[in-house]
Amino acid sequence: MTAHTAPFDVDRVRADFPILTREVHGKPLVYLDNAATTQKPRAVLDRLARYYSHENANVHRGVHFLSADGTEHYEEARRSVQRFVGAEHAREVVFTRGTTESINLVAHGFARGGFLASGDEILVSALEHHANVVPWQMAAEVTGATLRVIPMTDRGDLDLTDLDSLINERTRIVAVTHTSNALGTVTPLAKIIAAARAMDVPVLVDGAQATPHAAVDVQALGADFFVFSSHKTYGPTGIGVLWGREAWLDKLPPYQGGGDMIENVTFEKTTYTGLPGKFEAGTPHVAGGIGLGAAVEYLMDLGMENVAAHEADLVSYAEAQLGAVEGLTFVGTPEARASAISFLLDGIHPYDAGTVLDRLGIAVRTGQHCAQPVMDRLGVPGTVRASFGLYNTRAEVDVLIDGLSRVRTLFG
Amino acid sequence: MTSPADTLDSRQRAIAEEFAFLTDWMLRYEHLIEHAKTMPPLAPEARTDDRLVRGCQSKVWLHTWQEDASGETRFRVEADSEAQIVRGLASLLVRALDGLPPDVVSDADLWFLKETGLAEHLSPNRANGLDAMVRQIREAAA
Repeated sequence: MTAHTAPFDVDRVRADFPILTREVHGKPLVYLDNAATTQKPRAVLDRLARYYSHENANVHRGVHFLSADGTEHYEEARRSVQRFVGAEHAREVVFTRGTTESINLVAHGFARGGFLASGDEILVSALEHHANVVPWQMAAEVTGATLRVIPMTDRGDLDLTDLDSLINERTRIVAVTHTSNALGTVTPLAKIIAAARAMDVPVLVDGAQATPHAAVDVQALGADFFVFSSHKTYGPTGIGVLWGREAWLDKLPPYQGGGDMIENVTFEKTTYTGLPGKFEAGTPHVAGGIGLGAAVEYLMDLGMENVAAHEADLVSYAEAQLGAVEGLTFVGTPEARASAISFLLDGIHPYDAGTVLDRLGIAVRTGQHCAQPVMDRLGVPGTVRASFGLYNTRAEVDVLIDGLSRVRTLFG
Repeated sequence: MTSPADTLDSRQRAIAEEFAFLTDWMLRYEHLIEHAKTMPPLAPEARTDDRLVRGCQSKVWLHTWQEDASGETRFRVEADSEAQIVRGLASLLVRALDGLPPDVVSDADLWFLKETGLAEHLSPNRANGLDAMVRQIREAAA
């Protein structure tokens, strides 16, 4: 991680994001839906434009200049991601369509590769986004394995009381989120990973809500797989990352067949290429990869520790201001939080609140946030969620608070 | 003698006129919320899962049936929602369509939605289900 020497100046950072000057319904945009997707800095936008204007060609194995040049840029982006997550080798960085596809790839590999059988257990947590539940259910369905769940407390923290029995000799994989998209809970990964390692059980970490907010070092983390999405990390849509330990990626079968992932094809037998190509069938999302490379370089230049410090201040300010709003109940008050704050206003449906906030230029998310089990566990139909990014300010929190008072007046 | 289509038009005109003075969106929402408050709620036992409208972020129930009134078939509709803005939108549909002949309902050109600016809520990817409500009402009347 590159240390950034200049102090974090949010106004200067905001100037890097053209969309932030937009007006919505005649009001300045206050974008507080960063857990859903983040806006893109000019460095990424310019990089995408340059790629398509000057460098576009299909990558790998091309004989001509542009193809070789494009391949180099694409692989350079992979090395940027390697540095961003602290991976030991660039070949451990697999480009996918995003977090969802990364998890599906691993779940599919476990099911098809003979790593799951009847009586085996897959352990997830009660805080998971659907993307870290459904692929495992599908894997369980075809193998006869069962899904077990680390429970959560009323505050929205994971309850590790029974962790030692939840991770047992039948557990084949633990799949757990780093940060909850619905509640903002930062999970006690160190404890979970230590318990899994003690039983020699691999761990997949869903880092979709981690990489935009804090420095990640997969080697220090000690997990076996780490997945995240470009679009939530200030990069383009349609591309994401699966980092996996080389030993595991070597063991897992390919996910899809096609060009770029083969070594030798005959109608009798096909052999597959090595990492990461084995998992990257077909023409890759070259522009996306290069754009993601630009995004993580931008973040490393800012310094993720600076981003984390700025957001920590912002989130604690937002918690304090929201806590003073009459009739507001937090949904989830976790011990450690990143970015997202979910809440309800007494007697006001989240949809109503979100609709009025939208008219005031404030973008928040309402509903279940693709985490229905979390909502069911807490007994709420959904929430209003404000989620913060590196370009948000205390002044925007104040606009949100004013907006909520308009909401209360209207529906009061 | 007023035809049912005229009735539909005059109902829509009345709604459009109410909204014509409400140039500010907050005023429109206030008006929708007023409508939401005046529409009688569905009885809890009438809020059955088979009456839920799919694709809404808030729960929306539509109760539709047909009845005979002096030898003519009439389409009847009641609605309810957990969210006030959605209840308000539903109440306008009920006001425009309840009690009309089924064929008028199934072919209804609901121009008042565009006229009032509420049509922007009609986009299928909006989570309020207005689009789904309209489709479900048309299907029930067809």
